[in-house]
Amino acid sequence: MTPHAEHHAGHHGADHHGHGEHEGAHGTLGSYLIGFVLSVILTVIPFWLVMDGTILDKNMTALAIMALAAVQVVVHMIFFLHMNGRAEGGWTMLSLIFTIIVVVIMLAGSLWVMYHLNTNMMPIHDPSQLP
Amino acid sequence: MSITLTAERSRTQQAPVFHVVEEHAHPEGSSTMLGFWIYLMSDCLIFAVLFATYGVLGGNYAAGPSPKDLFDLPLVALNTAMLLFSSITYGFAMLAMEKGRVSQTQLWLAVTGLFGAAFLAIELYEFAHLIHIGATPQRSAFLSSFFTLVGTHGLHVTFGLVWLVTLMVQVNKRGLIPANRRRLMCLSLFWHFLDVIWIGVFTFVYLMGMLR
Repeated sequence: MTPHAEHHAGHHGADHHGHGEHEGAHGTLGSYLIGFVLSVILTVIPFWLVMDGTILDKNMTALAIMALAAVQVVVHMIFFLHMNGRAEGGWTMLSLIFTIIVVVIMLAGSLWVMYHLNTNMMPIHDPSQLP
Repeated sequence: MSITLTAERSRTQQAPVFHVVEEHAHPEGSSTMLGFWIYLMSDCLIFAVLFATYGVLGGNYAAGPSPKDLFDLPLVALNTAMLLFSSITYGFAMLAMEKGRVSQTQLWLAVTGLFGAAFLAIELYEFAHLIHIGATPQRSAFLSSFFTLVGTHGLHVTFGLVWLVTLMVQVNKRGLIPANRRRLMCLSLFWHFLDVIWIGVFTFVYLMGMLR
């Protein structure tokens, strides 16, 4: 080993301490129970809104259950999947943000394009008149 | 710092080297959690595609049954409860694992497996009922995309269960060694991730279906 190589190795040890000991973030009993109670509340409300069916009108119910689902996803991410910006040097958060962007583009794009494709099709009243 | 040093020192002796000469050591499993997370993100894209398909085709009943005729919300609520219970019991298993209690970990893993199996049983009962009354995947675009989306989720839960049983055998044989802890952490991510997907399924497929 050259003196240079030794220098390099020493440098590495100081730079990356704790490289091998990341088992990810852990939850506590309290955080799991908070997450569970929040999830139960956020699940019961949309089911109750839809099964009762008289509390809000249809559009408001749809908006409400979508908002509650989004909140519940965040609750699961924080309390069950232990997401934060620090785990794995921020790379899990970065890949999550990238995935969310791709998913939003894909979902919104598909629904938007296909909806317009459907509504802008000329209705065929008489198939025998087709060229 | 050390890279510049490499370039300068090598210049005097031989051709310059512009990269880190020595690969630094990666302890076994050090990148597993990040790698598994990236796998989950790619799995997320699979489900996003299936959700988009369902969103586009979900209204095409081909004069067949609509969600209102088919879905049984109390059954779906029961299913959701099973998956949510299995999530919290897996959390308890992880807490027991951190304290190094083997038998307690095994107990909670077994409870998680039972809830997971109950979820699958209810879903299979629902599918069997739908097929029995003629609402098969071939009936309409709505039913094709419904069975593909919900079936893919069910398949994930099935493989999660196989993985869970495998890990219970592993923990039984070798105890809570670092490798097994790492595997349990990965399954924890997978299991909670499936619950996140289910939030989307019961909201967009079942609840929104009843509103159509």
